[in-house]
Amino acid sequence: MKRLLRRNETLVAVTLVGLILIIGVNNPTFFTLGNVFTLLRTSIVTGIFAMGVLIVIISGGIDVSFTAIGVFALYSTVKLMLAYAPNAPIWVGFLIAAIIGLGLGLINAFFIARFKLPTLIVTLGTLSMFHGFLLFAIGNQIIRDVPPALTEFARAAVLQIPQARGTANLHPAVFLMVAVAIIVWLLLKYTMLGRGIYALGGAPEAAERAGFNVTRIQYFIYGFVGLMSGIAGMTFGSLARQANPQDIVGMELNVIAAVVLGGAYLTGGRGTVIGTLLGVILVVIANNSLILIGVPTVWQRVVIGVIILIGTGIPAIQERRAQKRSLGLAGG
Amino acid sequence: MDQTVSPKSAPIRLPFDFYTLRLFGIALAIFIGFSLLLPDKFFTVRNMQSMAVQFPEFGLLAFAILITMLTGGIDLSIVGAANLSAIVAALILTRLTGPEGAGMPLVVVMPLSMLGALLTGSICGVFNGFLVSRIGITPILATLGTGAIYTGLSFVITGGPAITTTQLAFIGNGSILGLPIPVIVFILVTIAFVILLNRTVFGFNIYMLGTNPTAALFSGINSDSVLLRTYWLAGLIAGIAGIIFLARTNSAKPDFGASFILLTVLIAILGGVSYTGGFGTVSGLVLAVLSIQFLSTGLNMLMLEWFPSSAAIFFRQFAWGGLLLGVMVLNYYTEKRRSRQTGSRQSNE
Repeated sequence: MKRLLRRNETLVAVTLVGLILIIGVNNPTFFTLGNVFTLLRTSIVTGIFAMGVLIVIISGGIDVSFTAIGVFALYSTVKLMLAYAPNAPIWVGFLIAAIIGLGLGLINAFFIARFKLPTLIVTLGTLSMFHGFLLFAIGNQIIRDVPPALTEFARAAVLQIPQARGTANLHPAVFLMVAVAIIVWLLLKYTMLGRGIYALGGAPEAAERAGFNVTRIQYFIYGFVGLMSGIAGMTFGSLARQANPQDIVGMELNVIAAVVLGGAYLTGGRGTVIGTLLGVILVVIANNSLILIGVPTVWQRVVIGVIILIGTGIPAIQERRAQKRSLGLAGG
Repeated sequence: MDQTVSPKSAPIRLPFDFYTLRLFGIALAIFIGFSLLLPDKFFTVRNMQSMAVQFPEFGLLAFAILITMLTGGIDLSIVGAANLSAIVAALILTRLTGPEGAGMPLVVVMPLSMLGALLTGSICGVFNGFLVSRIGITPILATLGTGAIYTGLSFVITGGPAITTTQLAFIGNGSILGLPIPVIVFILVTIAFVILLNRTVFGFNIYMLGTNPTAALFSGINSDSVLLRTYWLAGLIAGIAGIIFLARTNSAKPDFGASFILLTVLIAILGGVSYTGGFGTVSGLVLAVLSIQFLSTGLNMLMLEWFPSSAAIFFRQFAWGGLLLGVMVLNYYTEKRRSRQTGSRQSNE
């Protein structure tokens, strides 16, 4: 019981329930099925991004370039589709975007694994490179006439429940997010690679001595984030029915906030999928629904910043206490 | 910069001079190159003047990255803190003077507004320092979070749009003895940093902490207090930069200088500051600031000449990222070669 209380997931879940109750009591429309489905739809993109970023942060690194990868993949894919296969089905779009994302992610991996450079500075550089290249060489105008497959996908619904006003639609991409979450969960929990990612975050040198191939793990990590970012970017564009080269970049903080709430902490070695999903929902509600209890939207950024500090501060304090305790034991 | 063979443990002073000399060569080469390529555009008095008022904005912020990086950390919140400081100063100016304000004389309000900006920057910095040293959050995430809070507070205060005031324009446009005032501020901060880092106990402790935190701990350095003061200083510099922002653009915006984080990190890396801490000089940093300003202006002019399209402005964004990665890879190879050389020398002895 004590362990359960100490866990980040529990804390996030309690906060989430509290927040939902406060908002719901003040504004009953919050509990309508329509709103729940809309919130789910809004959390898809953040959720898919977060699954990639979770792996990076568990491994003790950080990636700030994933939004640039997302928008790069989205915009290039839409341009490619319009030029060569305007009537291609939606999965072709997702496939192209995933490949582009993977390629860009591997560029990050190359600099990080080959030259042992710090992840923040590398991805700060590639963020600027990828976005700059997109705007400079590929295009800087918003594409509104997207291929019909995207428009269809935006309207798709797996579940339509008639409401007092209109219908509540559950978008199929929600299952995409769930599938990604399950894959990451299996990867982290049951594979050697997953162990390696945790080990790398806990202590890179120890991981190397234990026989993990750190270079290969890093290639996997940053390639995987790229892949996820490509898919997330494509999802964003499909749901918005447009490809805007200035979109997505700037979402970094929301995603990182969700991930650190999930217990992933930049000194690495920790973090769970469930916690991150709870974090995503909390961040999405904070961004979209705080206005329902009278918090003006201009406060959004402040709220996200506070979430990051709480999400990182609590484990940091716990760690300090644990250290003091062990020092005390050693001394006594 | 190599993580396996630490150059810090080697007693040679060579890298210091090597970096500075190489950088001086680079800065000079860039300057001469653009002067030859664009003689009637780059190498003109007008361009020198316009470059001189541009670089102090990000050049000042680079000092904040320098000292935090020296301790092995980083401060990603400086642009947010600088904008918040500028907004506080602009608020004091617009609320206390003029027909709609309290009608106080400008002579009194002006120093007050600057004090407000410096105080705001200091509070931001101390808060960062508190999170990093007392709570123990890693600098990257702590300052990412506070950066969002400072920028967010700026949006809350202004509601989005900029606050405009021309009351500090004489600082942004003025000059003393032919030197633009922003440049004078930059020179003063440079001198202060040379003294601080080379002649004070605090400066020594910063290097010590960045070189080897464990050794610093056992030699009795209060690392918490050193960290707190380091981040406070970074915030104070952000406050000064905020005043320059306001004076130069005649407005305070919540989202001004979005590219400055990348630019200042690039300057620090180019200037030979080690991202693992403990290594970096003021001379390297200043040369890197000048190189970046020459490159920025020169590239802009070249792009406008060669590709007169709207997309040309985005090329710089690409170039900064590419340059940052290029410099780090170059450092990797020079470091590797040097460690191999010193290694073979030692085995010969």
